[in-house]
Amino acid sequence: MKPAPFRYADPRALDEALALLSEDGAKVLAGGQSLLPLLSMRLAAPAVLVDINRVPGLDAIEVDDTGVRVGALVRHSTLLADEGAARVQPLLARATANVAHPAIRNRGTTVGSIAHADPSGEMTSVLALTDGTVTVASAAGTEVLGWRDFFVGPLETSIPGGAVVTSAFFPALPQRSGTAFAEIARRKGDYAVCGAGVVVTLDGDRRVESARASYVSVGLTPEVHDLTDAVAGAPVEQADWAAAGELARTLVDPDTDIHASADYRRLLVGVLTERTLASAAAEAVAGATRE
Amino acid sequence: MTTKLFGEPVRRREDQRLITGKGRYLDDIGHTALAAAFVRSPHAHARITDIDVDEALDVEGLVAIYTYEDLTGPMAEPLPVLIPHPQLHAPRTGFPLANGEVNHVGEPVVMVVATDRYVAEDACDRIVVSYEELPVVVGVDAARAAEHAVHEEIPDNVAARHHQETGDVEPALAAAPRTLSFTQYIERSACMPMEGKGVHAKWDADDSSLRVYTSTQASTSVRAAIAAKLKLSLDKVEVIAPDVGGGFGVKIVHPWPEELLVPLAAINLGREVKWAEDRREHFIGSAHERQQRQEITVGYDDDGRITALDVHIWHDNGAYTPYGIIVPIVTATQLVGPYALPVYRVVVESVFTNTVIVTPYRGAGRPQGCYAMERTMDRIADDLGLDRAVVRERNLIQADQFPYDHRLTFQDGRPVIYDSGDYPGLLDKLRTLVGWSEAEHLRADAAERGKLLGVGMALYVEGTGPGPYEGGHVQVLGSGKVLVSTGLTSQGQGHETAFAQIVASELGVPIEDVEVTTGDTRRFGYAVGTFASRAAVMSGNAIALAARGVREKALRIAADVLEAAPEDLEIDAGLVQVKGVPGTSIPLRTVAVLSNPLRYAFDEAAKQATQFAKAGDDDKPPVAVGDAPGLEHRDYYSPIRSTFASGAHAAIVEIDPATWEIDVVKYAVVHDCGNVVNPMIVEGQVHGGVAQGVGGALYERMAYDADGQLQNASFMDFLMPYASEVPNIDIDHQQTPSPLNPLGIKGAGEAGVIPGTAAIASAIEDAVGRRIASMPISPTELYDLVRDPSSERTATAARREAGAMA
Repeated sequence: MKPAPFRYADPRALDEALALLSEDGAKVLAGGQSLLPLLSMRLAAPAVLVDINRVPGLDAIEVDDTGVRVGALVRHSTLLADEGAARVQPLLARATANVAHPAIRNRGTTVGSIAHADPSGEMTSVLALTDGTVTVASAAGTEVLGWRDFFVGPLETSIPGGAVVTSAFFPALPQRSGTAFAEIARRKGDYAVCGAGVVVTLDGDRRVESARASYVSVGLTPEVHDLTDAVAGAPVEQADWAAAGELARTLVDPDTDIHASADYRRLLVGVLTERTLASAAAEAVAGATRE
Repeated sequence: MTTKLFGEPVRRREDQRLITGKGRYLDDIGHTALAAAFVRSPHAHARITDIDVDEALDVEGLVAIYTYEDLTGPMAEPLPVLIPHPQLHAPRTGFPLANGEVNHVGEPVVMVVATDRYVAEDACDRIVVSYEELPVVVGVDAARAAEHAVHEEIPDNVAARHHQETGDVEPALAAAPRTLSFTQYIERSACMPMEGKGVHAKWDADDSSLRVYTSTQASTSVRAAIAAKLKLSLDKVEVIAPDVGGGFGVKIVHPWPEELLVPLAAINLGREVKWAEDRREHFIGSAHERQQRQEITVGYDDDGRITALDVHIWHDNGAYTPYGIIVPIVTATQLVGPYALPVYRVVVESVFTNTVIVTPYRGAGRPQGCYAMERTMDRIADDLGLDRAVVRERNLIQADQFPYDHRLTFQDGRPVIYDSGDYPGLLDKLRTLVGWSEAEHLRADAAERGKLLGVGMALYVEGTGPGPYEGGHVQVLGSGKVLVSTGLTSQGQGHETAFAQIVASELGVPIEDVEVTTGDTRRFGYAVGTFASRAAVMSGNAIALAARGVREKALRIAADVLEAAPEDLEIDAGLVQVKGVPGTSIPLRTVAVLSNPLRYAFDEAAKQATQFAKAGDDDKPPVAVGDAPGLEHRDYYSPIRSTFASGAHAAIVEIDPATWEIDVVKYAVVHDCGNVVNPMIVEGQVHGGVAQGVGGALYERMAYDADGQLQNASFMDFLMPYASEVPNIDIDHQQTPSPLNPLGIKGAGEAGVIPGTAAIASAIEDAVGRRIASMPISPTELYDLVRDPSSERTATAARREAGAMA
């Protein structure tokens, strides 16, 4: 379990990093929490590892009324502790709290986790649920991609090898909304067998205006499921969250692996949907009451 | 300061070293050594048609490549069958490097030696081994069906048919008022020590001697194996177990191929060579345990008393049988537990599969035996509508029945005769500790919270401390230091502390003066090893005897000096004194100096001693006939048979009927290992065992696919429980001293793991009302079970439902 030979570069500027990344077989190293095990098991053998940790300007969390921009070098633990980010988009702290263990959160980056595009990752799901975007830099320039255009398949994104995601943007939580995030894992801190993040938005009369969910370890790429039909227009206290859970079960297409059958994951989708929607709705009510 | 430390919760003296990074593990040794790496079989069953190393030859830093063709003499022969047995009719072992055929994924095929491990793995990557794949046998059922053979010449895949019986079981079953027959399964897990195996070898060409460090549980036997296989004189080989990061059984197997190949390379190349096993290698290249299919028929009366038990087990031994049939024998003989069984028959068929070899893992066949027996008790209780504790109680061997002869033959070839115990006492304590009588109340309480609650229990008896022997050496230096050594090894159990306590107590010296060395053949050449919960029993007693020998000699010398009778002397706090006469004393360290008539005055101790030294008798030699210089003694303890520890565990589980997550909310242990050297260490052993028991019950399995590929060969997918998954453990002790050894102790190392699977299965069954006949069980499997209309409901569940409707 020792990596195959690779060249290592630690550029001090983004331009320099992009130039290095344009080489064949180049790979970005940020937190390394997914990449280094892959290297050690020789499941990945990049020719050059471009360590972006010394590139200035990538480690900021920028918060304003529109949302939260998370730089490529922001660690999960930093985002988890950022009160401003949590206020504008509560899903960020709720989801990062579920990312592995503290040691991994201290090194792993939120953007790296998104760029890794693992459907078992929490932050891929949150990017989708919040309708977020990523900013991608390459030698050709900078572009902003919506999450739907970014995630292509498991561990696969649309960006070419020479590009690097410099930040991810998570839009702010709409008004009269509440969120919740929950996971079921075999062991505390493991990749979830199933996870669910939800957003519930109420209208001015405290009826359910929309209910949306995105799941972890369900499907090949992150998806957002609109569950509003099951609960639309219902006064929030009377909303049938179980029906929303039932609806969610019909919308997902989970896989079987050694830890859980597809059926079991579908069961959990229903349970977690019901539980998280109820919790998110309660939060939305509390928020609406304060207004 | 008291020197009576036996039985005290003395803090572990090794912990400061081990938890502050000052441990010296295998990979801490030999930074400049060459590194070995292995090309291992990617196939579960195949013929090797070609090994092409050409591409590897231009890897810079490559030093040597070895294949089977490079092995000669004893190294070209199969690895030894360590423990042959007449009923092991078809033993098979691999070669140090595969000889034309591979029988499991991970079997070593080529060894590469290079300047470092990275380069060695680069070279491994370029070696092309061509294979012709053969049909693969995975799991006991496939082995039993024998559509394919693991070893061509053994078409039924049966390596051994172990058989014991205590009477005529068939008429006894026919005469039984009631009988039940059922089949159940238990899966594979593995020891998984945090530190894998590892070997470092250094050849001194001028001295023609070899020093080997290996992460082993049996350094003396590794030494003998290396000497035999590499044709070296035993006196030219020294083997040292440094700090070992856990063993749990896997490191008792020897010689591992690497323990021979690394020294071979060191000698051939005249360079230090090291191999440190990585985690993937450990998963696929070491050993597993536990998979069995158990077919059980039990006869019993209307009160739940067993009249006959007939057990037929298929035991998966993996690809080879280097460790004989120890695990099957242990299952067969320990299955009977604390119960009086009028007639018992057991057949264990040990079968080959194309998977990693099966050798003892903490518990070593006992968890399976306990699972068979205890689930039988649960079935009887369910059938009769009796309390599960009551059924057990009615079958227990009573406290006045010891010694109790089961009429079986144990792993050491000796009769299974329980030496002492109080099983009704264990059960009573357990019921109180776990609150057994409160179960229905707890169940109702949990139901209100939307949870399914169940309780379960399991009892066991564990044969511990098998022979043939261990030795101990105790020496008092002129400095007052007391050097203690024993040949068996330590893997974190706390031997340094426990053995020091024994010597401090026996000799009357401060524990701080006692230094303990284990597992170093330079210090002690004869040993068996650390396994089968035997270290405290075997080396503890041997060391105690050695300390008593030293004490006797010290008193004899001091008596002469103090002009008193030896029986009037005592040793306390390192001072030999006349009982009741303060001031009439001599330090033990001075006695040590006096014990050697050659006293160059190198130090103060020697100078001080001169004031006590009497003029020698001109007519006698300075060292009397039959005496020896020095204050030291070596002794051995060899038991007539094993001593039998016992215990009882209970688990309370809560299950979320929406997600089928299983939470062990309470875990209670009553433990009896006779006299306790250090209760804190015993509790630590119990905690670790329970953690592994919970792992085996709810988390761990070896997920082999039909091609014999291990799907979860990493700590990401092999779910060893974290601290967050291990319940709090309530412990109560009972002490029934062993009459078999001087200290009255029984082994404690494996106990904690044994009943976990049985107790947790029972609790889950109690909670969900469906028969649990396959362990471990995960939430996804429990979900499948409860919604499967064909899965068996328990009679208890039906009774509860009827009761609720009435």
